[in-house]
Amino acid sequence: MSILNSKIPEGHISEKWSNHKAEIKVVSPANKRKLEIIVIGTGLAGASAAASLSELGYNVKAFCYQDSPRRAHSIAAQGGINAAKNYQNDNDSVYRLFYDTIKGGDYRSREANVHRLAEVSPNIIDQCVAQGVPFAREYGGLLSNRSFGGVLVSRTFYARGQTGQQLLLGAYSALNRQIAEGGVKMYTRHEMVDLVTIDGKARGIIARDMVTGEVKRFGAHAVVIASGGYGNVFFLSTNAMGCNASASWVCYKKGAFFANPCYVQIHPTCIPVHGSQQSKLTLMSESLRNDGRVWAPKNLEDAVKLRKGIIGPNDIKDEDRDFYLERRYPSYGNLVPRDVASRAAKERCDAGFGVNSEGKAVYLDFKYAIERLGKGTIEKRYGNLFQMYEKITDTDPYKEPMQIYPAIHYTMGGTWVDYNLMTSIPGLYAIGEANFSDHGANRLGASALMQGLADGYFVLPYTIGDYLAGEIMVPKIDTNRIEFIEAEKKVVTRLNTLFNIKGKTPVDHFHKKLGQIMWDHVGMARNAEGLTQAIKEIQELRVEFYKDLLVPGELKNVNPELEKAGRVADFIELGELLARDALNRNESCGGHFREESSTDEGEAKRDDENFAYVAAWEFKGMDTEPVLHKEELVFETIHLTQRSYK
Amino acid sequence: MADKILNKIYVKVWRQNNPTAKGRFETYTVENISQGNSFLEMIDILNDQLIQEGKDPIAFDHDCREGICGMCSLYINGHAHGPDTMVTTCQLHMRKFNEGQTITVEPWRVGAFPVIKDVMVDRTAFEKIQQAGGFVSVNTGGVPDGNTIPISQDDAEEAMDAAACIGCGACAATCKNSSAMLFLAAKVSQFAKLPQGQVEAKRRAKAMYAKMDELGFGGCTNTGACELACPKSISIAHIARLNREYLKAKIAD
Repeated sequence: MSILNSKIPEGHISEKWSNHKAEIKVVSPANKRKLEIIVIGTGLAGASAAASLSELGYNVKAFCYQDSPRRAHSIAAQGGINAAKNYQNDNDSVYRLFYDTIKGGDYRSREANVHRLAEVSPNIIDQCVAQGVPFAREYGGLLSNRSFGGVLVSRTFYARGQTGQQLLLGAYSALNRQIAEGGVKMYTRHEMVDLVTIDGKARGIIARDMVTGEVKRFGAHAVVIASGGYGNVFFLSTNAMGCNASASWVCYKKGAFFANPCYVQIHPTCIPVHGSQQSKLTLMSESLRNDGRVWAPKNLEDAVKLRKGIIGPNDIKDEDRDFYLERRYPSYGNLVPRDVASRAAKERCDAGFGVNSEGKAVYLDFKYAIERLGKGTIEKRYGNLFQMYEKITDTDPYKEPMQIYPAIHYTMGGTWVDYNLMTSIPGLYAIGEANFSDHGANRLGASALMQGLADGYFVLPYTIGDYLAGEIMVPKIDTNRIEFIEAEKKVVTRLNTLFNIKGKTPVDHFHKKLGQIMWDHVGMARNAEGLTQAIKEIQELRVEFYKDLLVPGELKNVNPELEKAGRVADFIELGELLARDALNRNESCGGHFREESSTDEGEAKRDDENFAYVAAWEFKGMDTEPVLHKEELVFETIHLTQRSYK
Repeated sequence: MADKILNKIYVKVWRQNNPTAKGRFETYTVENISQGNSFLEMIDILNDQLIQEGKDPIAFDHDCREGICGMCSLYINGHAHGPDTMVTTCQLHMRKFNEGQTITVEPWRVGAFPVIKDVMVDRTAFEKIQQAGGFVSVNTGGVPDGNTIPISQDDAEEAMDAAACIGCGACAATCKNSSAMLFLAAKVSQFAKLPQGQVEAKRRAKAMYAKMDELGFGGCTNTGACELACPKSISIAHIARLNREYLKAKIAD
């Protein structure tokens, strides 16, 4: 029997959430006023949770590393947010969204969590509209929808190519209202550097003030991690420069299990890498695949000429273009899920059909859509994305197809949580991208925003009460307790250690090396030999890091290099766990592709008999291997089949 | 797309160790920069060089590096976000600079945005303006179905034009009066175009306006420099709408 208790409620899938809500405890308004909650991160999940919890009457302390909660990386999400509204009369439903998400995740997510997500999705749209989020509208004044990958209906709501921005600004406005009313105390430019537990329960955090360098203690009756994913373990990704996994990682080291780290999403449509000094990758929204057609040249000679710059894409006739997604997946065409589209692009490039000088790009072409709809319509739909593309590449996508290539974008894995979104540490919660629960091995487009807001607005505010109802007699947490003093001491020691290595190499060099190891061996295609090699190389890198790191500046001042050093130290450890998890999972599923496990047509081949489980890793000390706990995935509603988008 | 290499450029940058220290310009030489690099990647390379020389790297704000988070904030050769139009500093590329050029980099110079270190400034004042009324007072839950509030496409589009503000502060940094009117107008105008914003319109306009004045931002004299500097090209027509909203609220008093 596994020590993991997912606490999935009894009953039919469509009744689990209602039944659960009826059974969980509720805290009275008078008692809510006595309880404190810490929320780490102010993206969609964190901001919506902090605002909603404060509205309920809890005392909230919210933290972000940016200078404003509005800058969390949810802001960069472009395309849209899914919801089972069925406004388009195209036979969408809660069940269909549930089914699409389970299938899109390649049958590696929890049915009950996903169904709940689909159930609350319509409320999210209503909430955002009420806040004044300017969603796109039809001429009649009603909400507009578009399609995203992996589905056959139009259920994606959007605000131009800035949906994440508008949803975050909505949650930020709700948060601001609570800050003004005093229910939320906001700590910007603060970074969580440790979790404090007392008698096994989460009771607070240690944070570093990124302006003064001061290390501070904060107590609370519960702690919520909403600090996003770990995509930056690959150095180059579509994440913001500051995105990091350190909050999740200190929780892991305090005993919170970390689940499915090998599930990493590689987004098919990013602007390709140029040169060696690039700092980050830029995404071109999946919504572009509504109107753009993906292709590579049909003939190898053309590909060679394109790479040398002898000809341009417009010199290639339609009959010499290979619309490989439409060819391989006629029913979904350009709108196959991300993992499928990414692998197909890699397959073409590996076969020699890549079109940029490095041979690592394919085309996303709007010529056909412009012919069909006119330039004006395309400009209205994607204008800001086209502008962004042109500024970066100096090429006009209205005239020449975009060059795209897959890049690290999102992490489905994360801190293990039960149905209440509580981790394996009582009183510690993880929401949004930081947890593992809803997207299985591959996330569908426009579902990250949905999950972040579902967790923050409509799930956590209910489930956290079930735990806090038992804490109403606990007085305000005393941060002078020995547990806080010791945690602070440990943090100061660690900062001193990093600062005093005084080697020769700035932290970015280590980060880039780690990213290279990860991309080479733990990227789009993985095998046992490469993964074993990666683990060895990462361990060597860790030794080198602690020998040769150079952190300049001062401990007690603004010091971005010191911040990065802490984050990269954690990424190195996380990278190793990621490779270890990928090695353990000797099957292909969603974004995790093991070369040893593929169909004759090169598609991912799952092994349900041996791997239909969540891999939750338990930290056992720096020099001891982590312990794997398995949570068997039970499919009561959906029949497991090999995923097909043909 | 073959990008040229800049053999040598000079970066003249504001250095200031903390809010109370006296600042000064320092000039650094940077070599072999591809014009395909972004401006901030050039600063990364310069910082790497400084660290290896045992010097303190330049502290600057940045995060998403795709022009949407609003964190980056440099005044480059006399322009907020540099010489290109409709971009943030992180989207600025080295194509916009020439061989041998001296590039002057300063922080936002706004009284209400004190320098924290080097070219990093404190924009908490913008937060306070938003907290004064930049919201619709609805709690989570209990709201009507999204389609029960029809909004004309034109109104939704105009609200979106205003809502595109990223809160970077380029408008205030560019304004000779250090006015935050465009920033404030973006939020007030977004809600003024939407039915959801009507209920609290008067209170919002007055409260946000008063907070802006209290924080020491200057008044608007309609020079329009803010619109030109705005990376999202937010129109000063929104300032006109803000004034209308404010006037309506004051007359009602």
